[in-house]
Amino acid sequence: MQPTLFSSNHLTVSQLTFHIRKQLEGDPILQDVWVEGEISNLSRPNSGHIYFTLKDKNASLRCMMWKLDAARLRVNLQDGMAVEAHGKITVYEPQGSYQLAVNIIQPKGEGALYQEFLRLKAMLESEGLFDVERKRPVPELPHKIGIITSQTGAALRDMLNTLRRRLPLVQVILAPSPVQGVDAPPALVNALQSLNKQNPDVILLARGGGSIEDLWAFNDERVVRAVADSKTPIICGVGHETDFTLCDFAADLRAPTPTAAAELATQTTIDDLHDLLSTLYTRLFSSTVNLFAEQKAVLSALIARLRYASPERGIRADAQHLDELSRRALSALTHRIQLNAATVDGISKRLQSLNPEGILSRGYAIITRKEDGAVVSKVSQARGEMKVRVSDGEFEVKK
Amino acid sequence: MAKTSAKKLEKPVEELSYEEALTELEGIVGTLEDEQNPLEESMKLFERGQALVARCSVLLEAAQLKVQKLAGESVVAFEEESE
Repeated sequence: MQPTLFSSNHLTVSQLTFHIRKQLEGDPILQDVWVEGEISNLSRPNSGHIYFTLKDKNASLRCMMWKLDAARLRVNLQDGMAVEAHGKITVYEPQGSYQLAVNIIQPKGEGALYQEFLRLKAMLESEGLFDVERKRPVPELPHKIGIITSQTGAALRDMLNTLRRRLPLVQVILAPSPVQGVDAPPALVNALQSLNKQNPDVILLARGGGSIEDLWAFNDERVVRAVADSKTPIICGVGHETDFTLCDFAADLRAPTPTAAAELATQTTIDDLHDLLSTLYTRLFSSTVNLFAEQKAVLSALIARLRYASPERGIRADAQHLDELSRRALSALTHRIQLNAATVDGISKRLQSLNPEGILSRGYAIITRKEDGAVVSKVSQARGEMKVRVSDGEFEVKK
Repeated sequence: MAKTSAKKLEKPVEELSYEEALTELEGIVGTLEDEQNPLEESMKLFERGQALVARCSVLLEAAQLKVQKLAGESVVAFEEESE
């Protein structure tokens, strides 16, 4: 077609651009479209909007993302990244250019993976694999802890450091396994089965953070079923706080990270055990002190009664002989009881020499009644004025 | 009760694991607090209790995480990478 040289029907640039804009922005296909390509020329100016170009072998498409949409991004965009972007085509009139205004962007393939995740989750859920009733409690004080993770990852180091800090008494058995790639699912299943044979008290199934594809082995049906089948309780700590895998749902306990898994496995720490031991030592000490104090009081009373009883009363015949006999008996008995008292005294002294300062300096106190010096270890024994002994002295209290 | 504790006395504390020592210690403290035992028996229990406290304390102080790994069906030592 030949151009008309002197047409009176010409348009201004603005008019033409407006017309093009109406065409593009009025097309429903172009207003709700998914595009697949590779990111290049990524730019993030201070405005908070993001600009980049999507390209494939033969074409490129200018893209921009408004600040509000950019703030919702879950992935860290980078040049060269293959992505799927959703948005609408808009026209920027000052430059006569069109662009894709992107509102959703995700790594390529993620959409399909997510659909598969939802399908599998619904299926296993309907089988009851994730039922709350299936969850077993994890032991408070484990003796043997199994770990399934990569032998070389930071996750293992984090978990071992956490266990070492919190409860170094435990024995750890590691079942190394690749945690990503096609080999990972069968290796994880194998590790779960082998480790179960070692009868650990709890198993930590863990992996550090990564993309949804990196974590995919923990959504593998075989692995999820093996987790549900484990006779040992399992704590699953895969990825970061925001990552949920199907293994998380099948495990007895879900931890947000590998470190958190190790913490959940050691609810009783070595500090708790130190405290428990101190308490037991105090109870051992005071119960024995009390016991000997009671015995001593009984003996003292017996000695007093023997001294003041009149053995002559009721003696009629052979008074002198009986008198002699009873004097001897009294003397022998008194002697024996005094010996016994001496033994008890000795034992009491020994007990007192087992100086409880060590315990006192940790904040415990020994409370004794002022009236008879008895140690108060129960509420029922507290009465009258009492002495409270602490590490550097004592003070009095009154009930 | 006294009989069972007498039986347990046969095992030297040095051979007890932390769990064993702690369990026995808890039993002894319970016995001393709740039961009327002959003096001599109580004294023995107290001494045993003291030894158990010492044993537990030593084990807590000396505790070092033991890490092993599975190689096939057998358990072997695991060398951690130095940081």
